[in-house]
Amino acid sequence: MGLINQFKTGLARSKSGFMGRLGGLFSAGEIDDDFYEELEEILVSGDVGVQTSIKLVDRLREKVKESRIREREEAKNLLLELIIEIMQPGEPATEPDQKPYVILLVGVNGSGKTTSAAKLAGLYRRDNHQVILVAGDTFRAAAIEQLEIWAERAGVDLIKTQAGSDSSALFFDAMNAARSRDVDVVIGDTAGRLHSRYNLMEELNKIHRVIGRNTPGAPHQVLLVVDATTGQNAVAQARSFNQSLPVDGLILTKLDGTARGGIVINIQDELGIPVRYVGTGEKIEDLAPFNPKDFARALLEI
Amino acid sequence: MFSNLAEKLQDTFRRLKGKGKLSEKDVDAAMREIRLALLEADVNFKVVKDFVSSVRERAVGQEVMSSLTPGQQVIKIVNEEMTRLMGDKQSALAKAGKGPTTVMMVGLQGSGKTTTAVKLAAHLRREGRNPYLVAADIYRPGAVKQLEVLSESIGAKCYSNLEADPLEICREGLKIAGQEGSDVVIFDTAGRLHIDEEMMSEIGSIKSEIKPDEVLLVVDAMTGQDAVNAAASFNEAVGLSGVILTKLDGDTRGGAALSVRKVTGCPIKFVGVGEKIEALEPFYPDRMASRILGMGDVLSLIEKAEATIDQDKAKEMEKKLRQQQFTLEDFKDQMVQLRSMGSLDDILNMLPEGGGIPKELKQMSLNEDSLKRVEAIISSMTKQERYNPSILNSSRRRRIARGSGTTVQDVNRLLNQFNQMQKMFKQMNASGKKGMTKKMKKMKKRFPF
Repeated sequence: MGLINQFKTGLARSKSGFMGRLGGLFSAGEIDDDFYEELEEILVSGDVGVQTSIKLVDRLREKVKESRIREREEAKNLLLELIIEIMQPGEPATEPDQKPYVILLVGVNGSGKTTSAAKLAGLYRRDNHQVILVAGDTFRAAAIEQLEIWAERAGVDLIKTQAGSDSSALFFDAMNAARSRDVDVVIGDTAGRLHSRYNLMEELNKIHRVIGRNTPGAPHQVLLVVDATTGQNAVAQARSFNQSLPVDGLILTKLDGTARGGIVINIQDELGIPVRYVGTGEKIEDLAPFNPKDFARALLEI
Repeated sequence: MFSNLAEKLQDTFRRLKGKGKLSEKDVDAAMREIRLALLEADVNFKVVKDFVSSVRERAVGQEVMSSLTPGQQVIKIVNEEMTRLMGDKQSALAKAGKGPTTVMMVGLQGSGKTTTAVKLAAHLRREGRNPYLVAADIYRPGAVKQLEVLSESIGAKCYSNLEADPLEICREGLKIAGQEGSDVVIFDTAGRLHIDEEMMSEIGSIKSEIKPDEVLLVVDAMTGQDAVNAAASFNEAVGLSGVILTKLDGDTRGGAALSVRKVTGCPIKFVGVGEKIEALEPFYPDRMASRILGMGDVLSLIEKAEATIDQDKAKEMEKKLRQQQFTLEDFKDQMVQLRSMGSLDDILNMLPEGGGIPKELKQMSLNEDSLKRVEAIISSMTKQERYNPSILNSSRRRRIARGSGTTVQDVNRLLNQFNQMQKMFKQMNASGKKGMTKKMKKMKKRFPF
């Protein structure tokens, strides 16, 4: 089932009746001020943020003028293009070009790092890559056990240490293990941390350094895990994490709810960090490469 | 925590403050700013609409026109409306008439239910109660184990059963908790999406089985516009009695607090403010409103200061200040007291924006480490040196630096600061007794010692 369909079932299940109202916005009638106002509301309610929503609506106004469009139906495609333009996926970095190819997952508490790590491992595993998971969250109680169960489900090995011990040291050992076991892909989970906590961000930077010292060029991808229900604070999260270590992309999780994750537009627009994957459920296969078109349609609820 | 929104609103009001009287146009301009600020703070756009229109309704017209300081009037109205929106009074946890009080935690995945359940248990233990935790999240791998480990860390008992379904677990847990003489039972349920009908009906049936005294929705403070949808659905499905807002220690503006309160009509009872188990505080709507409006949480601060600072010592200090006998020894005492009030960040956050500590000062110099350093430096001085710093020649300074693990520059900087403080006190004295007390009060606000 495609992302767009998952969204639609999600929305249909919700009792908010959005579908009815928004189907109406683009279906019939002429483009007028009410149209723009309502559009701005849709965008804001999708967490796109006021400034970016205004910017998008203004750009649409220009385009509508340029192309002398009158019908709302036609404006729909223009807006989709505008959003897709911002959200261009870049090169899909799913093929590991190094060995071992190291992916590090970071993010605030409860965003879904551990689950995403397991799903990502499952994804590479299904592509017949040799994968190991690293249980780098040594802080949260039972985080290691959680990943252990996931690793079993994904059919991959787990590198772990005792709860409460140093995460950087674990990663150093994991890199050695990856080499000696001739592993293709290493996926590292880390403890959730609020981006405003200086010490915790420094710790993350250290993990990054340690991995790089062990294996030059690694980690090859640092992915920030962002909960789709997050509001404007996600931009601050992305900015701070990106300051501590270079963030290559986002995993947008929990898109199977009613939240539309519009905040990633701001992140892409302001910081140029693309979305790589979206999480759409609790099963191990519920992770898909990001598709800007599906995302734009879901955001506009069309 | 709400500092960004506070700054924005203050900006708006600064413009209002300058004027003698407010026109409808002025109010409109202010309302536009408020609307924008609230939206950027993730308050739901429908809630913002209602809020702005009710403020405007009150602001334009008689109240403002007849007022002597229109700017203040608007601040007052916004403050009142904001407080009203968040539920006027602080709301305590319900207690069962007889038998153990039952508390059920519900929420979306990753909002922090498990951690918060244990924080709540720890809070209740501090109040002398005997909480029992029930692990009803059998879906997320490791969730039961997480609750077991955390419960053990605070010395609370935890019921779990990996073989049973959540309903059975809750029923059995309640029974066992009662038998073991517990007076509060906290049920940690699995995180679920509000549109997942099957899962929502599960908590519905748990609720009808155990008939909890509290059903608390755990909400991530960083949630955006969707907070209202989730909260409304949970409320519809199980009927909430309260809300706990988590992860408020980040830099989120936390507009979800306003939205959730508005759509559920349920009070926010607690806020989670850190990763430590003790980091759970009661939610005070009035203080939070002042904070949003940039007036700072002065109330909290005063309370905290009063609880920590020895009143006699404070009086003695005041006397010494008057007689200009303020020594390095006293300086150190104050540092120790200041530190015992909690993290410096906490305290600074409670001070009013703009009015109290300048923004620059907040950002620089006053971090916990530098306080520790100051303490170390003074502790490395002899008694004589503390009372008479003028004898500190370079060899003494070198010795102090070595002894405190700092550099001579650090020592010099501290002595300079101390000199400046003494100078300031001298000036205060010179300005006479009457003026002084006023300034003293101001000083107290600025530096809570």
